[in-house]
Amino acid sequence: MSAPAAGRYVGQAIQRKEDPRLLTGHGRYVDDIVVPRMLHAAFVRSDLPSARITAIDVSAALGLEGVSAVFTGADLNPGAGTMQPSMMAENPAAVVAPLTPLAADDVRFVGDPVAIVIAESRALAEDAAELVVVDYEPRDAVASMEAALADGAPLVHPELGGNVASDLALPEDPELEAIFASAAHVVTERLVQHRHTPTPMETRGVVASFDPVTDQLEVWLSTQGPHEARRTFARVSGLPEGHVHVRMGDVGGGFGQKFFTPREEQTVVLAAKRLGAPVKWIEDRRENLLAANHARSDVATVSLALDADGHVLAAKLDHLEEAGAWPVGGTGGVGPFVAMLFPGPYRIPRIWWRSRVVWTNTAGRGAYRGPWMFESVAREQMLDVAARATGIDPLELRRRNVVGDDEQPYTMATGMTFSATTSATTLEHAARVIGYDDFRAEQARARAEGRLLGLGIGLYIEPTSTPAATLGVEAATVRVESGGGVTVFLGTAAHGQSIETTMAQVVAEHLGVAYEDVRVVQGDTDRTPFGGGTGGSRTAVIAGNASREAALKVREMVVGVAAHLLEAAPEDLEVHDGVVSVRGTPVRNVSLAAVAAAVHNAGTGLPPDVPRLLEATGRYQTSSPTWSNACHICTVEVDRITGQVEILRYVVSEDCGRMLNPMVVEGQVHGGVVQGIGGVLYEHFVYDEAGNPLTTTFLDYLLPTAAESPRIEIDHVVTDGPNPEGVKGMGEGGAIGSVPAVVNAVADALAQVGATVTEQPITPVRVVEALEAVGA
Amino acid sequence: MAEHHIRCTVNGQARRGIVESRTTLADFLREGLGLTGTHLACEHGVCGACTVTVDGRAIRSCLMLAVQAEGATVTTVEGLAGADGTLSPVQQAFMDAHGLQCGFCTPGFVMSVTAFLEANPDPTDAEIREGISGNLCRCTGYQGIVEAVRLAATRRRAAEVGA
Ligand code: FES
Ligand code: FES
Repeated sequence: MSAPAAGRYVGQAIQRKEDPRLLTGHGRYVDDIVVPRMLHAAFVRSDLPSARITAIDVSAALGLEGVSAVFTGADLNPGAGTMQPSMMAENPAAVVAPLTPLAADDVRFVGDPVAIVIAESRALAEDAAELVVVDYEPRDAVASMEAALADGAPLVHPELGGNVASDLALPEDPELEAIFASAAHVVTERLVQHRHTPTPMETRGVVASFDPVTDQLEVWLSTQGPHEARRTFARVSGLPEGHVHVRMGDVGGGFGQKFFTPREEQTVVLAAKRLGAPVKWIEDRRENLLAANHARSDVATVSLALDADGHVLAAKLDHLEEAGAWPVGGTGGVGPFVAMLFPGPYRIPRIWWRSRVVWTNTAGRGAYRGPWMFESVAREQMLDVAARATGIDPLELRRRNVVGDDEQPYTMATGMTFSATTSATTLEHAARVIGYDDFRAEQARARAEGRLLGLGIGLYIEPTSTPAATLGVEAATVRVESGGGVTVFLGTAAHGQSIETTMAQVVAEHLGVAYEDVRVVQGDTDRTPFGGGTGGSRTAVIAGNASREAALKVREMVVGVAAHLLEAAPEDLEVHDGVVSVRGTPVRNVSLAAVAAAVHNAGTGLPPDVPRLLEATGRYQTSSPTWSNACHICTVEVDRITGQVEILRYVVSEDCGRMLNPMVVEGQVHGGVVQGIGGVLYEHFVYDEAGNPLTTTFLDYLLPTAAESPRIEIDHVVTDGPNPEGVKGMGEGGAIGSVPAVVNAVADALAQVGATVTEQPITPVRVVEALEAVGA
Repeated sequence: MAEHHIRCTVNGQARRGIVESRTTLADFLREGLGLTGTHLACEHGVCGACTVTVDGRAIRSCLMLAVQAEGATVTTVEGLAGADGTLSPVQQAFMDAHGLQCGFCTPGFVMSVTAFLEANPDPTDAEIREGISGNLCRCTGYQGIVEAVRLAATRRRAAEVGA
């Protein structure tokens, strides 16, 4: 395995083009947009989890000076098109909840929008929202999957006839049962991952402006996908796609929450269209916690059968996923994907699974960094459970079961095929960096002193750049401007990923120009080619290869023109730092500016057969996922008195292929890991049994701060990805591997005194309870 | 709603405006003065995104009323870089150490860190982590930020020794 060499730009830790504006307060986020005559919106939201609406009185609100309009479902719902994302809207078989712009007859979770108030200022809109009187007839709600699945449970969506949104399973498998019956070891556990929420620091927001004369809708949006938003707005408003223009500026994080186009943004667009005036809505933090899509909330019963040597023989996975009331992106149902990926990097020859998605009267589920990552959480926890049951060390158990780097392509029992991954290598690297054996010795010494240390491993593979609908294709247009500068137009939508930097590196590398001379434009449906949105670890592979292809095409054009100017053969020319020269005779050269001038001006003597064009589009389509992989290992100390978990060390060994920019790669890993740690130890969105949310401020919903976050040590294993640029996607991975690593580390610490923890979040209270349960 | 005339010095310039009693300093800066570099991520005093300095002290501008800034000297993130765009030492360190990704928390961090290093020019790593724990970042995992603070502190001390 040899690491590919870094290029002049690709592979270098180059400083970011985004930084100067963001550091000086010159970024432009959606709340910074001001347009003439702009009005402000606030939503009236349900404070009951389930209720019939019997009356809405908007008169007092409308009477307030400065209030322009109050719209209810009766105003905006009739005539509204589907609010589902393209993937669902274009799939007639999709089971979707009957989502409307505003709740009209009833409300189905606390936060359901009932009315939208439009006023001269946001403060006034909020004042008026408080004056809207909604009469409700409360109904029983189901606030958990358990409640929703109980006999005779109240229905979240009565028109769908049940609380199970989907129920998929493999047929009963007698052979698998026989394996379980005769296996040397069988372990079974019920695992719970709790509800949390993506929480980008910038909440959601939109400015929408409709011109009834031209029938043109202009939208500025905080989004991960302006092109998907355009299609969504076109569908919901009934306007042709060409009459919808969506722009984004800087976006303060998304993590999946802004990948599809949520309900409120669509409702604001309808209100602006109806009013013929520009309307701004900036979500406040309480709304973001209450009503923007939530994430996770999975329960599974998992069984593994192993032989006497610890080889996994078969697995069973019965998975329940909570969709909430109005999931974003369909049912929120990544369920079958969790099952399909469950075997991960291991040889698990036989599997049975069932996957159910359940409606509840809670905020809808949506994407969050690694939406299907529960597969890794469940699998890695079970491997540790198996290690304890068999008495085999957890590292050794993984060694015995991991698919070797040279045993690929490998097809999982679920039918997924992966290739070009290095799980076995990263497992060894991470173990070496953490000093595995030394830690085990230290753990034993600490135990003798009465202290509890633990070590946890999270090994995973991740399908990046999945060939699913619009997610599998991306385009890049590269243009040499009339003065010789280079502009790259991308369908991507960066919100922290450094795409202006990394894609400029790719284009500068392959076109042969200076990084400083390349500018990247994205986030504007009128200026950029269509793209499926930024998320799903897809940019490096798909946009990266599209950018490469476009740059190479333009390079050929540049060389073609320069060949005439230099009276040389194209194959004798090289392009370097924006200068085309004859190989071996560098004094015979012409600048890119001169090439551009020759193309853009008449009378420059270019023969008619030389195309006067320095612009090309590259389009890259993935035919199969590019897999990346990593091993996370962390060590913790658990305080036996307070139940506090302190992370002692945190190591990641990862393979994301050829790194476009190692600084950016490491930043993505750091951020993902801390999100995962936050999810395990601190973040918990809580509903009471009746369905009332209890964690709607940052005082209750606890994000990790610098004080709780460990220093993360990263080891890079670099192997070429199976695509021309040699890259593998990596944006989500940090948030995947970290969760099992931390859970397993705490479980490892507790196991020394016979205590167990299989449910997240691992709060001090839960730890203390686990210790008390065994009298430790 | 009662309205008030206020005057204060913002980023070295005398500014004035008319605000409601309930208008926060953050809203006055953003909407009244068009200084949109100050960000609002919670509006309830927890995240630190809205941090500015008032008479040299770092404060959360979502928790302070605009009328309370009458006569005060306010510095926002727009006031740190040189007129020619030269980054302040703290801003430069954030760039060098990859202390930002989406940039939304960044103005608050830059303001907090600038004030923190004034008070503690030679912090340990633990002091750095404690010192910035009143600001939330969802992107960086804080590692680049901690590195940036360390870098800024080192450069600051080197500059003082050199001066
Ligand atoms: S916006 Fe002021 S502390 Fe969060
Ligand atoms: S850089 Fe995105 S929140 Fe800090």
